[in-house]
Amino acid sequence: MSLVRTFILLFGLIAGFSVNIAIAQTDPESLRPLVNELAKGKYAETEKQIGALVATGDPAVAPALEALGAGVLFYRKSDGSVFITEKAGKTYKLTDPLTLEAKGEAGKREVKKIKVNNKLRRVIRAALGSLTLMAPDPEVRKTAAEAVFKARDPDSIEALDIALASETDESVQLIMEQARAAAVLNSDMDEAQKINAIETLSEMGNRDALSLLINVQSSSEGVVRDAATIAVEKIEKSIAAWDSAQNIWYGLSLGSVLLLAAIGLAITFGVMGVINMAHGEMVMIGAYTTFVVQELIRTSAPGLFEYSLFIALPLAFLASGLVGIAIERGVIRWLYGRPLETLLATWGISLILQQAVRSIFGPTNREVGNPDWMSGAFELGQMTITYNRMWIIVFAMLVFAGLMLVLKKTSFGLNTRAVTQNRRMAASMGIRTPWVDALTFGLGSGIAGIAGVALSQIDNVSPNLGQGYIIDSFMVVVFGGVGNLWGTLVGAMTLGVVNKFLEPYAGAVLGKIFVLVFIILFIQKRPRGLFALKGRAVEA
Amino acid sequence: MMSSFLFRAMDARAGIFMAILGAAIVLVPAGNLLVPETSPFHVPTYAVTLMGKYLTYALLALAVDLVWGYCGILSLGHAAFFALGGYAMGMYLMRQIGTRGVYGDPILPDFMVFLNWQELPWYWYGFDMFWFAALMVVLVPGLLAFIFGWFAFRSRVTGVYLSIITQALTYALLLAFFRNDMGFGGNNGLTDFKDLLGFDIQADTTRAGLFAASGLALVVCFLICRALTRSKLGKVLVAVRDAESRTRFLGYRVEHYKLFVWTLSAMMAGIAGALYVPQVGIINPGEFAPANSIEVVIWVAIGGRGTLVGAVIGAVLVNFAKTWFTAALPEIWLFALGGLFVFVTLFLPKGIVGTFSQGWTALRQRKISAAYEAGSDEPPTAPPHSPGAPANVTIPKPSAPVSGAAEPQPAE
Repeated sequence: MSLVRTFILLFGLIAGFSVNIAIAQTDPESLRPLVNELAKGKYAETEKQIGALVATGDPAVAPALEALGAGVLFYRKSDGSVFITEKAGKTYKLTDPLTLEAKGEAGKREVKKIKVNNKLRRVIRAALGSLTLMAPDPEVRKTAAEAVFKARDPDSIEALDIALASETDESVQLIMEQARAAAVLNSDMDEAQKINAIETLSEMGNRDALSLLINVQSSSEGVVRDAATIAVEKIEKSIAAWDSAQNIWYGLSLGSVLLLAAIGLAITFGVMGVINMAHGEMVMIGAYTTFVVQELIRTSAPGLFEYSLFIALPLAFLASGLVGIAIERGVIRWLYGRPLETLLATWGISLILQQAVRSIFGPTNREVGNPDWMSGAFELGQMTITYNRMWIIVFAMLVFAGLMLVLKKTSFGLNTRAVTQNRRMAASMGIRTPWVDALTFGLGSGIAGIAGVALSQIDNVSPNLGQGYIIDSFMVVVFGGVGNLWGTLVGAMTLGVVNKFLEPYAGAVLGKIFVLVFIILFIQKRPRGLFALKGRAVEA
Repeated sequence: MMSSFLFRAMDARAGIFMAILGAAIVLVPAGNLLVPETSPFHVPTYAVTLMGKYLTYALLALAVDLVWGYCGILSLGHAAFFALGGYAMGMYLMRQIGTRGVYGDPILPDFMVFLNWQELPWYWYGFDMFWFAALMVVLVPGLLAFIFGWFAFRSRVTGVYLSIITQALTYALLLAFFRNDMGFGGNNGLTDFKDLLGFDIQADTTRAGLFAASGLALVVCFLICRALTRSKLGKVLVAVRDAESRTRFLGYRVEHYKLFVWTLSAMMAGIAGALYVPQVGIINPGEFAPANSIEVVIWVAIGGRGTLVGAVIGAVLVNFAKTWFTAALPEIWLFALGGLFVFVTLFLPKGIVGTFSQGWTALRQRKISAAYEAGSDEPPTAPPHSPGAPANVTIPKPSAPVSGAAEPQPAE
C-alpha cells in the first residue's frame, strides 16, 4: 500500500495533479486526530466526524470506518486513541486503524467500544462507497462502481455524482454512469431522469442490463415503461447476435479439437489409404508424454513449468512418431492393399497400447496442469473467451499450416505425394517407397502426438483418451473427403459449428446423434466426401 | 424342392459340425438336469448359461461371416442389430414382471415409474405378448438394416466407407439408448427379469431350455447360411465380394443381392441378441459399443472368414479364452486379444478353419501325386474345392504392394 502511495505521490508531483490530496495521503499521522475524534461524543458528533473523514478523500481511513460499522472499533480509556480490535480470550488484540500495525494487547477494562446505531451504519456504508469510488487505484474504483451497480442503492447516487465529476479514467466513468443509471431506476426520481438512465443501460446491452430493464418494464408505467420495452427489445436482439457469435466460437473451438485429432488421420488414412484404428492411441501417447514432462519438471526444475508444453511438443512428436514408424514397419507394411485387414490389425495394436499405458501409469486419470498463460478467460463484447480454447484454435491452425508446408514445399512432401498418386511410377523414378511409407506414417502419428499435447489441456488424460476421438476423427476425414487436407479442415470446422448450433435446441447427446445421422446420409449423397479426389478407376 | 435346398447344405464338414452341435444340445442340458450333482459328469448351471451365451455369440459371428465372408461387406455395426434384438426381448421380459417390480406398477416398468412417466410409450405396446416380441426381434433389426442398406448400397458406398458408417450407426444408437428420454431405461438398461413364457428365468430347467433353444437357432441359421452360400445366389455373392464392378457389368443387380444378404444377416443377429438377453439377465446400451462390433469381426477372422463353421469356432474359442483370461490374468487379456488381432491378420489370413482345410487339401494332393508316381491304378479323385474361401489370401510382398492403379489408395 505504501508503495502505491509513494507512486501516486511521485505521479501527482510530476503531473501537477491535486498536490494537496497527495500530500495529505503521505502521512497517516495527519489523519490520526480525526480518527481519534470518532471516540468522542454522541452519535450526532460521530456522524459529523465520519463526514470529516470522508472529506479528506483518503482511502486510508476506510479500515477504520469498516471496523466502526462492524462494531470492532474501540478506544483506549487512558489516552483516547482508537484501535481496531480482535477478541483473543480475555484480552483484545489491538491494531492501528491507519497503519494496520499490531499495537499489542489490552485488557477488557482498558478499552471501550465506540457505539453505532443503524443510522450511523447507513452513513458509514455510504461513506465507504464514496471513499472507494474516490480511491486512487482505478481498479478499486471500478470494483466499487460495479458493486453499486449490483446494489442499485438510490442513496449512492450522490456519491456517484461526486465521483463522476472528478473521474478521469473513461472506462471507470462508463461503469459509474451505468451504476448511476441503475440506481436512478431504483429511486423515485422523475421520468426524464429515468428515461435517460434507460438509454444508458440499453447502450450497455448485456444480460445484467436486460434483467434490470425487464424489472423496470414490469414495475413502471407510461413513458418509462415504453422506453424500457424498446430498450429490452434492442438488447435482446444484440444478445441474440452475440449468442450466435459465441456459438460460432464454441463451434470453431470444437472444430479445432476435431481438426487436431483428425489431421494425423487425414495423412495416414487420406494420403496413404491406411486405416489406423490405433490413431487415437497416438494422441494418448502425446498426452502422456506431456504428463511425464510435467512430472519431471515438477521434481527437478519447477521454474520451467510455464514452458512445459513447448518442451513436450517435440518430445510428443518424436514419441508418437517413433511408435507409428514401428507399427508401420512391423505390421502395416505387410497389409498394404488390404485396408480391412489393416483396420483389424491396428485395432489390435490399439488394445495393446491402451493396456500397456494402463499397466504403466494406472487406469485412473492423470493430472496435467495448465500453465498460467493457458488458464483464465477474457471478455470480448458479450462473449467469454477462455485462453486455453483460444490457444488451441491458434495451435490447430499452426499445425495445419505447418503440415501443408511440409507436404507442398519440401522434397519429402513431394515424394509423399508422388507415392500417393502413382506408387509404381514413383518407385521407377528412384523414390524409395518403403521409406516414404514409413516416414509418412511416422509424420501422421507424430502430428497425433502433438494433438495429444494440446488435448491434454482440455481433456482427462486417461488410457481411454484416444477412444473418445477415434470415431469423431474418422467422421471428419470421411466427411471432408479422403486425400485432401483442406477437406479435413472444412469438415472439422463444419461439424464443430453444426454440433454447437444443434446443442441448445437438441441437447448435447441428441445433437451429436443428429450429426452422425447427417454424416451417414451425406455419405450416401457423396460417397467420397466433401472434396473428393477425381479419378478414372472403376474399382476405387 | 425343400429337400434339395437342405441337401445342398450338407457335406462332410457340415455333417460333423451338426453332429457335434446336436450332441451338445442334448448332452449339456441332460448333464445339468438328469445327472446328480455328485457325479463328475454333472454340468453346473452357470456353465450351461455360459455355454448358452457362447452359442448366441456364435450365431452373431455366423451373421457377420455371412456378410463379410461371402459378400465382402465388413460391418462394424452388427452389435447394433444384436442389441436391438436383445432390447425387443428385454421389453417383453420387462412387461412380464408385472406387479412384482419394486414399485409394483402392473403396467409400467420400474424405471418409468421412477422417472414419473404416467403411461406406457406407444412403442412399448404389444410387448406383453410373446409372439409380438418375437416378431419384433427379427423385424426391428431387419427393418433398420433394410433402410440403411437400401440407401448405402444404392449409393454404392463400399469398403472402408461402409465400415465407417456402420460404426457411426451403432455409435449413434449407443448415444441414443443412453438417454433416459428414449424410454429404454437409459444407462441401466433393462434388467431384473422374472419369467419367460411363464417359466421362472432363474430355474435350471429354463436355463437348460434356453441353451437348447440357442443351439437350435444356431443349427437352423447355420443350415440357412450353408444352403444360401452353396446356391446360385451364394455364387453371385462371392462374385460381388471378389469383383463387384465386374458382377454389375455382367448384369446382376449387385445392390439387391447385397441388400438381401445384409438384411438376413441383421435378422440373425437380432435373434442372437434375443436369446442372449434372458441368459445374461440384462441388456444395456453398452452392447451398442463400437468395440463390441469390432470384436465380433475378429472372432470371424480367427475362425476363418467365409467358412461359416469357422465363425462359430472362432466365437466359442475367443470367448472361452476371454472368460478364462479375465478370471485368471485380467491384466493380460487385452494384450492377448490385441495380439490375436495382429497375429491372425498377419499370419492366419484364412483363419483356423481356412488354414486347416488348405493344409488338408495340400496333403491329399501330395498323396494323389505320390500314388500316380507309384503307378497305382487307384482312380485319382480331384481335391474338393471350397467355393467359400476368400480369393485374396496371399500376403503381398512389402516391396511390391498390391495397388497399381493411378489412384489414392483407400481402395478395396
